[in-house]
Parts: sequence; C-alpha cells; structure tokens
Amino acid sequence: MPNLEDTTRELLDLASTQFGASRDSLAPDQDMFATLGIDSMQALDLLTRLENHFGVELPDYELQGVSDFAGLAERIHARR
Amino acid sequence: MRWTRDDGVVELVLDDAPANEIGLRSLAALERFVDEIGDARAVVVHSTVPAGFSAGADLRELYRESEARAPAERTAGVRAYLMRIHAVFRRLDDLPVPTVAALHGVVFGGGLELALCCDVRIADPTARFAFPELRLGLIPGFGGVPRLKRDVSNALVRDLLLTGRSINANKALQAGLVTQLAAEGRAIDAARAAAAQAAKFDPATMAAAKRFIKPSVDAELAREIELFLELFDRPVVQEALARFVSDSGPMPYLP
Repeated sequence: MPNLEDTTRELLDLASTQFGASRDSLAPDQDMFATLGIDSMQALDLLTRLENHFGVELPDYELQGVSDFAGLAERIHARR
Repeated sequence: MRWTRDDGVVELVLDDAPANEIGLRSLAALERFVDEIGDARAVVVHSTVPAGFSAGADLRELYRESEARAPAERTAGVRAYLMRIHAVFRRLDDLPVPTVAALHGVVFGGGLELALCCDVRIADPTARFAFPELRLGLIPGFGGVPRLKRDVSNALVRDLLLTGRSINANKALQAGLVTQLAAEGRAIDAARAAAAQAAKFDPATMAAAKRFIKPSVDAELAREIELFLELFDRPVVQEALARFVSDSGPMPYLP
C-alpha cells in the first residue's frame, strides 16, 4: 500500500503534467491555487483527474480549506 | 443555444460560454427548440463549451431579478419562471422520440436536470455531476429530484443532495445516472451513434415503448414547485445568492 510520501510525489507529478508546470517548481507546502492559477472549473477538472488517477472518491467538502499539495495528498491518502 | 437537423436526428447544441448557465434567454431558446422538433426521429443534446454540459441555473440573473423586486412580486416571478421551465422540460421528457445526452465537464444543478430529461445519458471521463442547491437554502427546482429518483437509488439521491458533493463519471455509471462511458471528448460520437440506431426503429413503436417504459413523475414535479417556492420565500436564500455571486473561491457551489 502506498504511503503518504508516495501519494504526495504522485500528486505533484500529476499536477505538473496537468498544468504544464515544471516538476521542480512544485513543493508539498505550496498553495496549489496560487501556484497553478486554478479557477473553480479547473478545480473540478483537477478533482476528477485526481479521482480517476488514484482510483478514489474525494468528496468536495473534504477538500474545502485545503490549499497546499501536502493537505490534498493527505486527503487522497486517507481514501486509498 | 442552437440546433441542427441531419437525416431525422436533431441536435441541440449548448454553446453559451462560459458554462451554459440556464436563464431567461436559454429558456426561451429551449421553448423554440421544442416547438421546432417536428418530425425528428431522435434528439441529441450536447455542449460545445469546454467547461462542460451546463453549470445549471444562471444564479447571477436570478439574484439580479430577485433583488429588483419586492418579496411578494419576487415569489410570483419565480413561480412564473418555474412553470415555464417545468413545461419545457416536461415536453422534452415526454417527446415521443428517443433523446440522448452527451455529457462532459460540469453537469451541475439545472444542467443535470436538463440531462435527466433525456432517455439515454452518455458521459466522458471529465463529466462531473452535482445538485448543490441546498447551499442556497433550496432544493433543485427544474424537476431534478423526481427525475433523479426515477433513475437512481434513493440512497444516492440523499448522498448527493444532503452533502452537495459532486461525483465523477465512473460513479455516475455505477449508480445508473449515466449508462454509457466514452473516451474523453468522444461522448458526442457515442450519442450520435445511439441516436442513429434508435432512429431506425418504427416511430409508433418507439413512442409506445417510451410511454410504457418511462415512469411519469408529474405528481412529484408539482410538489417540487410548491416546496421550492416555500423555501425560496425566505431571507436566507437571498443571503446565500448574494454570497454565491460574490464568491471567487475554487468551490463556490459549496458554502
């Protein structure tokens, strides 16, 4: 079973690919929305791609208030 | 919104950027569309807007219209609007020909209610479904709950409505909210193929089969209108609408 570090690494890889950001420029403690410039429609698209990639369901309300990659990775990990 | 006709199949194309919000202008267009379906053998409904099928009711318009009226006049105006939208959605639901929806991206609120009028729903992997109306102090008002209950389990209806969460296409397929998945960007191709196939069947048999197979939810639709208006007529709704129109966060559909 993947650990939290694995999930965080996979998440950063996915975010880099999805939003065309350099992988080296992304770190767990960064604000995702500010770093990637995500609006509400892109946030939904990202949510769908995360669910499809990790094979989990991520209820929207669990992600409210989550702003950095580490927090998001923790939510994903809790559902894996 | 526009429509095209090719070999007996009529395509309703939702093309109002940014997200096909359903307001007075699209309602009038929908009414014209239903009037003009004529002798079509099948109908396909899809969106060419990248954000998705439809984000639902135009809440900014609803807020503007509501703010401009006194409370009594406001409720009367919403009732008149709901009666019109229910009438046109019922005509879509009851068409004697097969209707196929191709779904991608956001399929929320009134957009999902439009999709639920269609006989066959096909999604691509980007599709996302939600009924977030409770965040506004409301229930879905365009026939959503009766038509959702017709097709999926009451447990899922409660999960979606009572939490306001959204679900992806795989979950929607498991639940029976959609019945086919297509590759990303290919739901329209699958919908056209399904419509072309269904259009080959004898029209009288098709009409009879639809009447026999598709349960009527008219009684519940009437109750929905009354409950919606009862809920709408409260300050908490105006306050929630005001919050929504000023929210620029990543999840404005949740409180």
